[in-house]
This record gives sequence, C-alpha cells and structure tokens, in this order.
Amino acid sequence: MTQEMTNPERFFGEKFGIEPNQLEKTMGRVLGKKIDYMDLYFEYRTNDSISLEEGIVKKANKNISQGVGVRATSEEKTGFAYSDEISIKNIEKAADTAKYITSSNLSVQRAGIPARQPVKKNLYPVRTPVSEVPFKDKVDILQKMDQIARKYDPRIKKVMVSFSSEHKIIEVVTSDGVAVGDIQPLSRLNITCIAEDGSERQIGSFGGGGRNEFSFFLEDNLFESYAKEAARQAILNLSAISAPAGTMDVVLGPGWPGILLHEAIGHGLEGDFNRKKTSAFSNRVGQKVASPLCTIVDDGTIKGRRGSLNIDDEGTETQKTVLIENGILKGYLQDKLNARLMNVAPTGNGRRESYAHIPLPRMTNTYMLPGKSKKEDILSSVKRGLYAVSFGGGQVDITNGKFVFSASEAYLIEDGKITKPVKGATLIGNGPDVLTRVSMVGDDMELDSGVGTCGKDGQSVPVGVGLPTIKIDGLTVGGSAL
Amino acid sequence: MIDPEIGQDLLTRAKKKGATGGDIVMAESSSFSVQIRMGEIDKISQASGKKLGLRLFFGKKTSISATSDLTPQSLTSLLNDTCEMAKATEEDPFSGLPDADQLAKNIPDLRLDDPGVESLSVDQKIKMAKELEAAALSYDPKITNSEGSEVSHYRSHIWFFNSDGFKGDFPAAGSSLSVSPIAGENGQMQRDYWYSTHRKFNQLAKPAEVGIKAAQRALRRLGARKIKTCEVPVVFDPEMAGSLVGNLFSAVAGSALYRGASFLIDKLGVQIASPLVTVIDDGTIPEGLGSKPFDGEGLPVERHSIVEKGVLKNYILDTYSARKLKMKSTGNASRSIGDSPSAGPTNFFMMAGESTPGGIISSVKSGLYVTEMIGFGVNMITGDFSRGAAGIWIENGELTYPVEEVTVAGNLKEMFLNIDRVGNDLVFNGSVVAPTLRISKMTIAGN
Repeated sequence: MTQEMTNPERFFGEKFGIEPNQLEKTMGRVLGKKIDYMDLYFEYRTNDSISLEEGIVKKANKNISQGVGVRATSEEKTGFAYSDEISIKNIEKAADTAKYITSSNLSVQRAGIPARQPVKKNLYPVRTPVSEVPFKDKVDILQKMDQIARKYDPRIKKVMVSFSSEHKIIEVVTSDGVAVGDIQPLSRLNITCIAEDGSERQIGSFGGGGRNEFSFFLEDNLFESYAKEAARQAILNLSAISAPAGTMDVVLGPGWPGILLHEAIGHGLEGDFNRKKTSAFSNRVGQKVASPLCTIVDDGTIKGRRGSLNIDDEGTETQKTVLIENGILKGYLQDKLNARLMNVAPTGNGRRESYAHIPLPRMTNTYMLPGKSKKEDILSSVKRGLYAVSFGGGQVDITNGKFVFSASEAYLIEDGKITKPVKGATLIGNGPDVLTRVSMVGDDMELDSGVGTCGKDGQSVPVGVGLPTIKIDGLTVGGSAL
Repeated sequence: MIDPEIGQDLLTRAKKKGATGGDIVMAESSSFSVQIRMGEIDKISQASGKKLGLRLFFGKKTSISATSDLTPQSLTSLLNDTCEMAKATEEDPFSGLPDADQLAKNIPDLRLDDPGVESLSVDQKIKMAKELEAAALSYDPKITNSEGSEVSHYRSHIWFFNSDGFKGDFPAAGSSLSVSPIAGENGQMQRDYWYSTHRKFNQLAKPAEVGIKAAQRALRRLGARKIKTCEVPVVFDPEMAGSLVGNLFSAVAGSALYRGASFLIDKLGVQIASPLVTVIDDGTIPEGLGSKPFDGEGLPVERHSIVEKGVLKNYILDTYSARKLKMKSTGNASRSIGDSPSAGPTNFFMMAGESTPGGIISSVKSGLYVTEMIGFGVNMITGDFSRGAAGIWIENGELTYPVEEVTVAGNLKEMFLNIDRVGNDLVFNGSVVAPTLRISKMTIAGN
C-alpha cells in the first residue's frame, strides 16, 4: 500500500508485470500514419459501502474493478476497446480493435497540439485511505445519525443511512508523451428520513462528501448536521402545499441549486456538442448569453472537492476555465479529441466513468461567482414567486436547450416574505435564455455539500456545483395548483 | 470461458470459514458497437469482461462483494474480506437464502441467446449503421445534422449457484439500432430519436424504417412553442406511457413498500387505477427483453397480474422484501453483481386496450399529446408528479402545432384512476412498456 501511495505510476507495472518499454513498443506498432493519437488508461478501483436501515447495519459491500481501456483516434473517428485482464497480450488485442477505424477510411495526420506534461499537484492528499478506517468507526457514525434523526422529531419513522468510499488508482499513457498516474479517493455519507403524520408521508434526504479522509465527516460534527438536515426536510414537507403552476419570479438559494448552471449552461458548453454543432450554444463564443451580473467558471482544482481532479482521465492537468464572464460566453469545456478538432487547447475536462468507457468533455466543479446583493434584499424584491433552496435531479435537452430540475425544498414568496413551504415544484426553462433574466446576484456563494453525480451517454462521474443566492425574473414553475 | 468450478470452490471454502450459506453469480460478456455520424465512423468499440459476485451469510449477518480480478490470490483475499465484513455487520432476522423448496427445479429455454451475432462482420454492421443514419438524413432537407446512429449487440453467459445446491446457467444476447437526427429551421434545432431492439439481431427493424421514423419525430418538433398554463386531458404516446408504467413498478416494488417509500402501501385489493388498466409482469415470454429462466436468487420466474381492471392484485417481491412484508417472493429478484438482490421487473406491461391511437387523439377537444418527458419530478412516497414535457397540441381532435418548455403535473394516485382511454398499440420494444393512453385531466404549466 505504501508504494502505491507515493507512486501510482509504478503500481500497474509492478502489480501486472508490465514494463514501460513494452507499452511504448505496443503503441509504436499501432500508431501508423493514420492515427492522430492513442492512449491507454489503467484502472484499479476498490469500492466499499455499508448501509444502515431500521437501526441496524444490514450489509456491507466490497467491489473490486480493474482493467485497461485502449483508444485510438484518427480525425473525428475513435476506436476503443477494453479488457479486464491487464496484460500486454490483451492491450495488443484491444489496440488492434481500436485501430480498425483507420482501415476503412483515408485520413491525413494533423499536427496536434502538443500535450504539456502535467505539473504534480495533490488536491487530495490522503494519509489513511477510508477503506482502512476500522469498520466499527464507520458503523458508529451511521448509528449516531440514525439516533439524531429519530430524536429530531417523533414523526421521523424510517431512517436509512449509507456510507460509501472509493479508492481509485489510475495511470494514463498517451502517444503525445504523457505517462502519469493518480490516486483518487472519494467518499460520501448519505441519510434519508421518512416522516409520517397520520396518513401523510414525506421524505427528506441529505448528504455530502468529497475527496477527503474519513475525519472530514467528524470535523464540526458534520455527520450530525446531515442527519438533522434530512429530518428537517422530511418534517417540513409534511406541511407543504402543492406548488403553483405558471411563470413567476424565482429565487434560488446558495449552493446545490447551482445544479441550474450544470443543466442549463454547463452541458451545452461541452466541446463535443459544440464541435458537432448540436448544442443550443454552438458558434456563440463572444456573444451575450447571460446578464452582466453572471460570471461562471468550471474549476477542477479546488482542494478536496468531489468534482476536483489533479489530472483528467487523458492525463491533462485540470484548470479553472471561465465559461461566461460578465454575461459573455468565453469558451467551452474540452477533452483532447474535441480540442484538436476545434483547434483549441484542452481544458482538462476529458473524463470517463471507468476503463470501460471513452473520455468525453465533462464538467468538474461548476459555479457562479458571488455578486453584491444581500439575500434579504433579493427576497424582499419579489412580490409573488418561488424560493427554492434544495433540489433533486435535473436534466437538459442539449439541442433545444430546454432544461428541468425539481425542487425538494421550496417556499412561496408573497410580498417579499417567505411564507408557505411547497412540494412538487419542477422548474423548466431555456438554457441560452434563463441567465439573461438573472436580475440580482447575492454575495453568499456556496459550493454544494458534495453529492453530485452527472450522467452523460450512460457514463456517471462525480461533479460539484455552486451558486450565490440569485433572482431569475420569470421562470416557469411546474406545480399542479392553478 | 469462466470455469464454473471457481464459484463452487469459493462457496465450499466460505463454509469452511464458518459461513452458514451463500450464493455466487458469475457473468461473462462481450459487446460491440459502431456509431456513425454524418456518414463517417464516429466510434467503434469492442469489449469483453467477466465478473464474480459473492454473497455470504454468517447466521443472520450478511455481506456482498464482487470483483473483475478472478486470479486465485485475488479471490482468496476477496473471500477473506467478505467473511470479515459479514461478521462485522449486525443480525437482520429477515436475511438469508430463499427456502430451498422454492428454488427452480427446471430451467426453461426462453430463446434468449443469439449465437448468429458472432458471425456478422464489422463491415456489415458499419454498412447497416450508415444506411440507418442516411435514411434519417436524406428524409427531408430540414434534417440538417445528426447526433449519429448506432448498431450494437452483446452476448453474455450467467452462472448462479447457492449453498443449498441450486445450480443454473444461461446465455443471453441483445441487439439494437438507434439514430438521433436533428431538424433545423429558422435558427431552431430539434433532436429526436428512434430505435429498434431485440434479442435476435436478424429480428431488428429495417434500418431505413427506423431512420425515417426518427426523422419524422424530429421534424414534427420544429417550430415548437410554449403554451399557456391550463388544465386539460393529456395523451401519452407509448414511449411516455411506458415511463408511467415504470413509475407504477417503482411503487409496487418490495423495497419501496417495506421502507414506506411508496404511495401504494397497503393497497392490495384496492381500486388504484381505472377499470381499463390491467398490468402484467411476465418473465416467461420467449425472447422477451425482460425474460429470464430463473430469478436472481434461483427462484422460478412466473407471470403475475399486478393490476387487474384497476384493482391492485400483487406486489413485485424478492425473498427479503417478501419476508419483511410477511408475503411470498414473486420470483422477481434482480441482481446486479456485487449488490444484494432486489425486486425488479421482468417484462412489465400494461395490456393493450380497445382504442386506436388515432381515436384517442380525436377524442380530445383541447389537450396535449406528450411525446417526451425530461427530469426526475416524481415523488414515490406521495405520488406527486411534475415533469418537463414536449409534444403536440391537440385541438378539436387534431394534432396541431408542437409544444415545448412546459411541465405536466398531477399525482400518480389520481393519474392512474383518471386513465380513460387505453390504446391497442402495445409493442414490446423494451421490458417496461405500455400502449398509448389518455389521462382525463392534468395541469400543464407554461406561460
């Protein structure tokens, strides 16, 4: 364990008996005139989880996954193969499949943008991997959370708590000269409460985590605040009324409501959709796509965050990329393939779920920079509207730009005051248009607690979002009450 | 091929280490896909993999593990870890293998495999994917772009053993075609898709048919607009009706019921839907996309009425949720390797009704025909439902202009009761399916 902690690059060679010069030879054999780029992605991942239900730790899971993905690209074409047996023989077999793309079509090699060797940084140094924390320490937290939630209110009838952690070792070897490894820890603590009052039942969930040590959850009794928050939401929703239907002013609270940026803006700015011109944001760099109050960045370099990475899955160093500056669209999120085809530099956003998936341009931590308004002033400026502070999931249609996301905690605003809690509010809007109607931006930017998972083309990756309190003039609220 | 002995051997060794019972799933699979975009290969991918999942019981304590590293030393360390984890969990009186007398005695051949897929050449599949995309692109000059077409297939083999002597294995396969063209006009772009999926490659729909249907679906969305907030009848096309039936499944699934996370708790024998609604779960349909010869715990798979003329008749259960609810498993244990079994659908469908889809549309004076929904606005505990929708406005029984950026909202409890037309157009193009249906009244939020 000590060896891999210090040198992930040597982990695969030593574990599977592969010499670096063998890899070079294999790549050399595959790389012909017609291949622009090739990479190998080695992965060894351990996932552990335990869950508590009805006050007892009912089960524990462990999952080990290993393999190597081999990819070759030629112009716009990608050949990809993977194997869960890491050996030179299998890498060569996979490489032959990946190379298939060159046999059927002619192509000319392009001058690629040379890769920079990533600078060594460590955004998530972990001395004790979570998997090595004694089982009973984790069980202890789960049991405490169960008790805290039940104590919060006698109407809390069911509590489910789970803790999951991942320890992922990767190595990326590329034909443009990168050979770099990384150890990526990730953990998440989650609690769901069901409250009952007569025939009414409601649910509340909360959680968080990141690329941290286990002690993260103990600092300032973070686990305790998760439990109370889930219980509070469940109880609150018991008295919630049906959400209104129609267009009204919407105030989004800070933190997790930043999922708005992820759905409405972020996906539409991913390089692949823009290279193919299938995004509602295609060809719009330099244009106004948001109110001048909005500056939005994607930042993979924040220490310990769920969406952060030292290097992306193509070995490119992660960075902070400005997407929208004072309302003007500045650029897209790029992996190597789309950057090369669009003739721009990669932004360190090439990510993949595992060795069995190809890299795609993906977000890391996406957030809006704080503005100057006070939250109280924002709320008091609304005559009749919705104040949404927490959300479930969201989704977007990249091509027409329509997005939705569903509130799990929201309130009516009447005459500048928060009044009744509402349930079942779904917000729907148009990505290229919604941020042009941001009329106030708060000074209270927060990042989310570390629960985001983004899905694209069937691949899930951990992400983060962040937002200050903002006011949107006129957004459609899809409740059931007329 | 995986040597099935590996699994038997692990179970024997687990017993020696004190395990009182356990089961093993092993799977081996291979897959291929080619994607074409704007007439050129976009991506070709080929893969093979194998995985082993181990579940052990030490009395009433449980743990589960999985690995894709099947080397002897890795399996030994996995076995040790799994034993240690199980001992560290707490006793759950409901845990354990199913009763041995419930295990499947014979394993039917449901014709799930498709060995012929191995003999297809890569060039053949590339040609097919090109034909599929070209059919969509050439259908109308307004089809201006494409997210591409895909031809894919997989084959797998599954082995399952438990410590009460159950042994079963079966091969399975699946193929699919899909294409996603983009229509453009006056600066607006609309994407849609169509697909065909089947156990057997040679039973897939013709690429040209799939391509044309996808193009038509994208074209009819051009010029879409928002409408005013209103309360009207809503017609769901079969794809969207299938997603509503999927919501019904979530509410009758054992894990949601014993956790109190369903709006259909304690509703057996109760009228929960309109008398027009009959819903079946049947894992025994030959070549069915959701069929399997035995469930994820080795129990026989059967046909069950879930809803009969609107009355809730059965829940969908695995052994654990059945014990929690003091009922019997319905043979619906579904198993992803490395996770405990949970109740899952097999072929879960709403029976076809009498109305033609055209007749259903012409029955609506003013209303919305929903052809797409996005987002996750469904609360299974309360039944509250609010999702983003796109479709076509119906006026005087005719489809008129396309609609987008609205939500359809209601409560599933009322929505199922308010189904007042069921179409005769049920097609098994997935494992959870339904025909066109009409709900008498829902809230549309727009301007």
